[in-house]
Amino acid sequence: MSDETEGVLSRTQRFAVPSWLYWLSARLAAGLATALAVSILVFGATQALPSDPARVILGPDATEQSIQTLRRQLGLDRPLPEQYVHWAGRALMGDFGRSLESDQPAGQLVAERFGNSAALMIYVLLLAVPSAFLGGIALAVRRDSLLDHWLMNLVILLKALPAFVIGIGLILLLSTTVFRILPAVSLLNPAVSPFLQPLCLILPTLTLVLTIAPVLLRQVRTAMIEALQTEYVAAARLRGISERRIVWRHAVPNALVPVIQGIALMSRLLLGGAVIVEAVFSYPGIGNALNSAIEVRDVPVIQAITLIMAASVVTINLLADILTVLVTPKLRTPTNAGSHPGTRAQLKLKAGPT
Amino acid sequence: MSRVSHSLLAQPQVRLGVTLTALVLILAMIGPALAPVSPQSMVGPSYGPPGPGAMLGYDYLGRDVWSRLLHGGRSVVWMSFAASALALLPGAIIGMVAGFSRRRLDHAVVWATDVLLAFPDLILVLLVVSMLGRQPWLIVLTATISFLPGVIRLARGLTLGISSQEYVEAARLMGYPYRQIIVHEILPNIAPPLLVQFGIMLTWAIAIFSVLSFLGYGVAPPTADWGLMISENRTGLMIQPHAVIAPVVMIGFFALGTNLIAEGASRAKARIKPRRSAARA
Repeated sequence: MSDETEGVLSRTQRFAVPSWLYWLSARLAAGLATALAVSILVFGATQALPSDPARVILGPDATEQSIQTLRRQLGLDRPLPEQYVHWAGRALMGDFGRSLESDQPAGQLVAERFGNSAALMIYVLLLAVPSAFLGGIALAVRRDSLLDHWLMNLVILLKALPAFVIGIGLILLLSTTVFRILPAVSLLNPAVSPFLQPLCLILPTLTLVLTIAPVLLRQVRTAMIEALQTEYVAAARLRGISERRIVWRHAVPNALVPVIQGIALMSRLLLGGAVIVEAVFSYPGIGNALNSAIEVRDVPVIQAITLIMAASVVTINLLADILTVLVTPKLRTPTNAGSHPGTRAQLKLKAGPT
Repeated sequence: MSRVSHSLLAQPQVRLGVTLTALVLILAMIGPALAPVSPQSMVGPSYGPPGPGAMLGYDYLGRDVWSRLLHGGRSVVWMSFAASALALLPGAIIGMVAGFSRRRLDHAVVWATDVLLAFPDLILVLLVVSMLGRQPWLIVLTATISFLPGVIRLARGLTLGISSQEYVEAARLMGYPYRQIIVHEILPNIAPPLLVQFGIMLTWAIAIFSVLSFLGYGVAPPTADWGLMISENRTGLMIQPHAVIAPVVMIGFFALGTNLIAEGASRAKARIKPRRSAARA
């Protein structure tokens, strides 16, 4: 067993750290490559559209001649790779072309809606992350108690239910059938910042919190239970250190990695969930914009939204990986023993049989 | 096998999960035969309340909600099972080969899953469905593709752990061909967690397919379908909530039931095979 742990350790170390700058640039390059592939995928998928944008813009009565002219103007007659480079170059500057539906710049249209979604997500994260984090720690400490037992059952229930089932359940409970205290539909006043219209935000926020918080809470609980079972925690207990200090100083820092990765994973869930929740509550955000763009096949808007969503996921994962390395001393230190004596990882290596 | 099913059914949550799933499956399979009236015929007042003729009342067009409920489960049931099952084998094979080769191929596979994982699964499915159309098999295939990275990552991670075990090293040293080691040594050892993953994918698939038809990209209108019933009757929620509650409960039961079984299976697995050192890496 010790042989194996060692093999794994040295493999991670060899990968992570000839020098830590090298690791960072490799990770950044991989992230860029992923973003590039994502953009090609988005562009390629929208090329498969059976309809011709020129025809959509000019309507059913257009002559063949005018369609050909517009195609040339839009650059649709050029080879696909050239079109892609042109599109990607402008997308980098935030220019996604004009919406086929409203003739507004797609980037601007998306940016407006993005603000509303961002308001929703900020509320969700402010509620979900601290409550899941503290809840996970509390349940790990009270492991197998009655409270833990029942809350974990609730977590399993919420984790299993699709977001829109939770959303409609909340509508039935709080706005139509049982109590009638909250609006079932979030009609935002576009002139006022969404932060100032909390009544419209309560139900969508609550739905998303109930969708993602259980996932994170469970991850925190598992990570904490594992950390509390380690030898260094047992050693700390033997030294008579108070349980509170053991939890916060010894266990929590070591349970951070799965939590950071869990939050990164949540971003994906959150973006997917936003589409559903915004549809359920008719909330005018980015998800709803995607929905209506898909209905009328508004290609520039579809491209802009899917690309922004995927790029945010890539960025968040990148940040999470960097953060993971920053909070893990083991991954920060160089492989060749002796150059940084005294770090935790090396002490561990020395202690183990070689 | 009996040991596994024993330790599964010993858990009350699993018994509840099996009951809920069986209830939904039976209703979806034989439901159409039990329906009192045709799901398409308008037999009562629009948003009519439950009464002696219709135990769940009538929907927005005056069709019998109970009959539509009995007809509406088929597509979500078969599509969920198909998408999850289709992702399982290819994902396991790619993951095992990648994890076993540990070289460039492994890096390439991990990177490719990263690309796919950048899209929230619903977005990926929406993107393809909006571009290529709403044929059921196409929707199933897209969901399969969005599930693949998860299976690949899981199979790869497990393979990495297992391929440094003595029995795999031994098989390698004895010169067994690559394919034989993967099929005979690795696959049997990663099968239990893969089956748990199947249950988890089933829960995701139920969510995706019911959301798709709720958003209007699934089964086309006059056909009865649970997700569609919810969006059709949403405006009448104040007057006739049963038309929405009934399909919501069915989808909820189905998702919860499959999830409880998967959860129980992963717990039973942990109990039968107490912590393996490789799995922690």
